[in-house]
Formats: sequence, C-alpha cells, structure tokens
Amino acid sequence: MLSHLRPALVMLSLFTLLAGLIYPLAITGVAQVLLPSGANGSLVLRANQVVGSELIGQTFLSDRYFWSRPSAAGEKGHDAAGSLGSNLGPLSKKLIDRVEGDVAALRKAGAMSIPVDAVTTSASGLDPHISPGYAALQIGRVAAARSVPEARVRAAVETTIERPALGFLGEPRINVLRLNLALDAASPGGADR
Amino acid sequence: MTFIGWFQILAVLGAVIVCAWPFGLYMTRVFIGERTPLSPLLLPIERMFYIAAGVRLEKEQSWLAYTLAMLTFNASGFLLLFVLLRLQSLLPLNPQGFGGVASDLAFNTAMSFTTNTNWQAYGGETTMSHLVQMAGLAVQNFLSAATGIALAIAVIRAFARNSAQTLGNFWVDVTRGTLYVLLPLSIIVALLFALTGVPQTLAGSVEATTLEGVKQTIALGPVASQEAIKQLGTNGGGFFNANAAHPFENPNAWSNMLSIWSMLLISTALTFTFGRMVGDRRQGNALLVAMYALLITATAVVYWAETSGNPLLAKAGVDMAAGNLEGKEVRFGQALSALYVVATTGLSCGAVNTMHNSLMPLGGLVPLFLIQLGEILPGGVGSGLYGMIVIAILTVFIAGLMVGRTPEYLGKKIEAREMKLAMLALLILPLVILGFAAAAAMLPNALESLANAGPRGLSEILYAYSSAAGNNGSAFAGLSANTPWYNTTLGIAMLLGRFAYVVPVMAIAGAIAAKKKVPASSGTFPTHGPLFVGLLIGVILILGGLQYFPALALGPIVEHFLMHAGKTF
Repeated sequence: MLSHLRPALVMLSLFTLLAGLIYPLAITGVAQVLLPSGANGSLVLRANQVVGSELIGQTFLSDRYFWSRPSAAGEKGHDAAGSLGSNLGPLSKKLIDRVEGDVAALRKAGAMSIPVDAVTTSASGLDPHISPGYAALQIGRVAAARSVPEARVRAAVETTIERPALGFLGEPRINVLRLNLALDAASPGGADR
Repeated sequence: MTFIGWFQILAVLGAVIVCAWPFGLYMTRVFIGERTPLSPLLLPIERMFYIAAGVRLEKEQSWLAYTLAMLTFNASGFLLLFVLLRLQSLLPLNPQGFGGVASDLAFNTAMSFTTNTNWQAYGGETTMSHLVQMAGLAVQNFLSAATGIALAIAVIRAFARNSAQTLGNFWVDVTRGTLYVLLPLSIIVALLFALTGVPQTLAGSVEATTLEGVKQTIALGPVASQEAIKQLGTNGGGFFNANAAHPFENPNAWSNMLSIWSMLLISTALTFTFGRMVGDRRQGNALLVAMYALLITATAVVYWAETSGNPLLAKAGVDMAAGNLEGKEVRFGQALSALYVVATTGLSCGAVNTMHNSLMPLGGLVPLFLIQLGEILPGGVGSGLYGMIVIAILTVFIAGLMVGRTPEYLGKKIEAREMKLAMLALLILPLVILGFAAAAAMLPNALESLANAGPRGLSEILYAYSSAAGNNGSAFAGLSANTPWYNTTLGIAMLLGRFAYVVPVMAIAGAIAAKKKVPASSGTFPTHGPLFVGLLIGVILILGGLQYFPALALGPIVEHFLMHAGKTF
C-alpha cells in the first residue's frame, strides 16, 4: 500500500490544482467576460437599485402586486440565502391544513377554481414563476387596487407569458417580478404603497 | 400524461443516445491508449502527471494492486476533504465567513463525496465556503467519478482479455478519465449552463430591496462549474440546499434538459465502450436496452402518479388539473420533473429538481425502488456498468441452472468462485439498507428526526439508507439527518455500499481475466438477444422485489391505499 502513497498524494494535489482551482477560475473568467449579467445572478435594477434577481422569486403581499407561489424557504418565505421546500408528504396533515387555509383565503377574495400552483410550495421555495391560470385569478384584485381597467392588467399578463422553448420544451409561465415591474412602469404611483 | 410531455421525455433520451454512441467510441480510444483529437493538447499534461507521480505508463497491475491503488487514492482524498472541511474558517475564499464544519458532519460529507454519493446533511449556501465547494467537494466530484470509470474499464478488460494476469494501471486510467473525459466535457457543459443563466462568480451574496421594500439576501457563487461536474459525474451534490430545483442551478427548460442529458451521458456511453472493448457491440446494446426499457417504464409510473394529483387536495377544493405541484417548480412541468426523478435515481446521481418527499406515494416508490435495485439503470458513471455486469453474470448462472450447463459470459466460464464473490457483493446492499433502517426505526433519537408521520416516516428512513448505500445521495429531505446518529451510520453505509461492493467485484474481474476465452458453441446461451434481455430484466426485478418488497409494503404501498381511504397523518 505504501508504494501507492506517492502517486496518490501527487495525483490528488495536481488534480486539486487543475480541477479544483484552475477549472472553476477559468470558467469564472470566461463567464464574467462573455455573460456578465447571468454570471452575476441575472440581477434586476430599477433606478440603479437592485430590486431582486429575475430568476429568484420574492414575496409580494400588497394587493397592487401579483403574488408569488407560497414558499417554505425561511419564516417569511423566499429566503434566497437558504432555499428549502416544505418536504411534506401528500398525506401530511400540516400540508392539508395549510392548503385548506390558503384555499379559504382565495375563496374569500372571490376565486372560483383554484389552480394547484396557487396553494402549493415550490421545491426551492424560490420559484420565480406562476402559471397563467394563477395569474388570471389575480387580475381583478390587482386592477381594483391600482384603479386601472382589467383589460390593461390582462394585456400586461399576456405580454409577460413565457412560452415553451421551441414550442414544446418546458411550461407556459409568468415571471412574477417581471410582471409587477411592468405594471409599476405602466401605472405611475407604483412606488408608494 | 400528454403527448407533448412524452415528446419532451423522448427528445431528451434521444439526444442522450445520439451523443453517447460517438462518445463511447471516443472513450474506447482513450482507455485503449490510442490517439484522440484531444491528444496533442492533453498528452504533455498527462506525461507530466506520470513523471511527477512516479507512475510508469506501461506497468500494468494485478486486480489486487489495482484495487489497493484505488483504495489508497480514495482514502487520501477522504482525509484531505475532511481536513478542508474542519479548517474551513481558517482558509481563504470564504466571503460569507462560515465556520469550520462539525466533526460528525465533516465525516459524513467527506465520505459522501469520496464515494460519489453526495448525500448532503447540510445546506450548501449556508455551510460551505467557495474554497471548500471548488477545491474540496468539486475535486472529489471529478475523482470519485474517474474512480468509477477506471473500475468499470478494469472489469471490461477482464472480459476482453485472454488468460491475463493484469487489468491495466489504475493511475493511468484515473488520470485519463479525468483529463480526457470529465474535464473537457465539464468545460463545455459549464459554459452551456452559464449560457442558460447559471451564475459563476466569486462573490458570496447580493443584497436586494424588493418592490415592497423588504431586504432579500441572494446567495451566489461559482455555480455553473460545480453544476457541470455534479451532473456529468453522477455526483448530485448541489451548490444550494434545493439542489437543481434552485433557479440558479437550473433556471429554465434548457438547463433542465442539459442537466438530464449530462447525467445520463457517460453511463450510457460506457455501454457502447463495453461492446467495443469486448469485441461484440451487441453485448453492450443488450445491456443498454434492458436499462432503458426499465428507465422508461419507471418514468411512465412517476409521470402517471404525479399528474393524477393528490385526491386529498382535490377534496380541499384545489383544481388538480396540473397534477401534484407541492415540491415542484412551475418552469419544468410534470413530464421533465418525472424524467428527472427517474434518471437521477436510476443513475446514482441524486441531484433533484423536485422534492422527492412531496411526491405521491407511488411517485415516491419508484425512485426508492430504483436505488434499491442497485443503481444500474444505467447507474453511476462506471459503477452502473460493473453493477450491471454482476447482474448479467447472475443471469447467465440462473439460465445455466435451468438447462444444466456451465454458464458462460462473453466466452468466460462462470464458476463457483465468481458466483460466491458475486453473491457477496450483491448481499452487501440489503444488509446495510435493511439493517440500519431497522435499527433507526427502533431508536427514539433517530425517530425524532422524522419530518412526516405515518408510512412516509418509515419511507424517509428507508430512503436515507438506500440512498447512502446505493451511493445515490438524493433524499426524502425533511428528515433532519444532521445528527451524530445519522451522520455516522449513513457515512458507514456509503463506505460499505461503495467499497465493500467493489472489492469482490474486482476479485471477480481478476478471476475472469485469468480464464481462457472459450469459443462460442451451439450450447452457448447467447447474451445479446431478446431472450437474455428479458431474463436480465426479470432477474433485476425479482432480486429487488424479494429483498425490499416487505419494507416497501409498509412504506409507500400502504400509503397509497391510505391516501385513497382519505387518511392523513
């Protein structure tokens, strides 16, 4: 076994250098030069302020904004420094109770049919998207809170829908942060709550 | 289930097969030592490695020397990683200022990454510095995968050679596996991931102020480079706690497809390498057909179970048309989430884009059972192939018993010694999985870690030990596994599942290599036709069923019926 010790240690050091430092640092260099936006987290700026990442969901509570899916990451949800799913099984009482609560709240706000993404937490707790169905459910509320015609909000939703790549890859979805930014840009007064 | 869903699944699998065929050819050339297109660039580096390490390229090793070299290499890798984890707080590239890792977690993590398991009892973005992620964890992502490839190549050589005493040189194989196979692929895939929007920076995190004026801290890091090797090496250890469900690891449908493609590529390609090296391509194809037939069937079950939705939520007034979305991301959809679940557990990858603990009862049964089948569909890089070869040996043995002839595989007689060793290897997994799970199910301090009550609680324990022993690394997460009991026992399960399995396999390889190749006669059972493939699938399923059905009946199966009876826990 001792005769194997020298190659083991030398190879380990060389590969740590090559695969552990040179490789990631070289990729970092290339990505930072060629793809600076994505490489730094697809951050979204408004008036030179970082308001979030296009890829990372955030919590919206105001009626003026479209709401994200429920999140199990962090106490207040959407903790982007600690991603987490609920990890509740389908028979979990905690899950059923939580969903029943959310359904009751949505019903009170006038919803008829409740799409499943509106009351289930995502795997990462940071899902930036909602389904077109859940967006449609919220149009009335947002339009009323902003005192704008529903048709205008509906048009904003339509233009934000991302279709499956090549027509078949992935799901139609709506980026909540992008939609809310578009609404704020379209109807002034979006900054005050 | 929809037509478009199946179209997505088959498009990804088609892309894998189309690329794996030429890549298998390329790997054959690499390990035979022929010139490849990358040789002009890599040959000087390869030579430099051998000179520095004192390795003589032409000096081959017996099975025992090969195995000892492998064990020494992995033991040193384990120790280095353990030390890095313990001393993290004193080392550079730690922008978030994380402290040293506790000893039980460091043992578990170091064992996890050296055995290609990548079980994570911690959340990446809240525990590990960039230096540990890159120079510690990712290095073992490369080296544990290269170790697996090297071992598979050695086992293939045993069947390809005639009355041979040696199986190749471990140092040469592991160097070539890293330099010619894993590193070039990782560079390409990392850049493709970056193109889809995966971050790659040395910054630790960014502060954002949301539209509602709340502070959001967004963790960042060198994710793309980690993601590439994590998938290609079927490692599966995520940069972030939520693994490939995190939008930074897997931002869209393209990255999701790339993710699945890269985890399946090398294991699939190795079946082509196998066929080439033993001189009969049909032999590799037969294994491939068995693997993919089971893989696609498993995908169908998960896809069906998940799109059927949760009847308990439907009763609560939810429209379940989109299927079960608890623990799933909107952007992937049910079809590619189902394929991900099956690919990551049919392989010993363990990356997840869906939280397995929130899968429907039968949707969760499938990944659990796939791991228990021994990670051979198509299995971890290298380990899947040698695992499948062991099952193939068992299959010809059973076929031999039926007709009363000495079984042969690829022209080598399978005799008592090989069968005893094969059984030794095969029995390690059930012993470790069921033994530890039974103990944990009896211990109050182990039961305190459960996140769900009822049958799902038992499944959490069963999944944890299956995942560890099968070197998978995915979890029914929620189980608080970062306790001394779980860190220690799961670490031991990983160790046994990897090395107590592979040592007898290498002993088989040694015995097989030394045998004379006998020419096929009219009495030889052909191991490339549909009859063999059917028998192989039968042996895989019967073996797995006999070992694990009683345990599964108390977990996901009874849970399925309880769900339809409306019971909650």
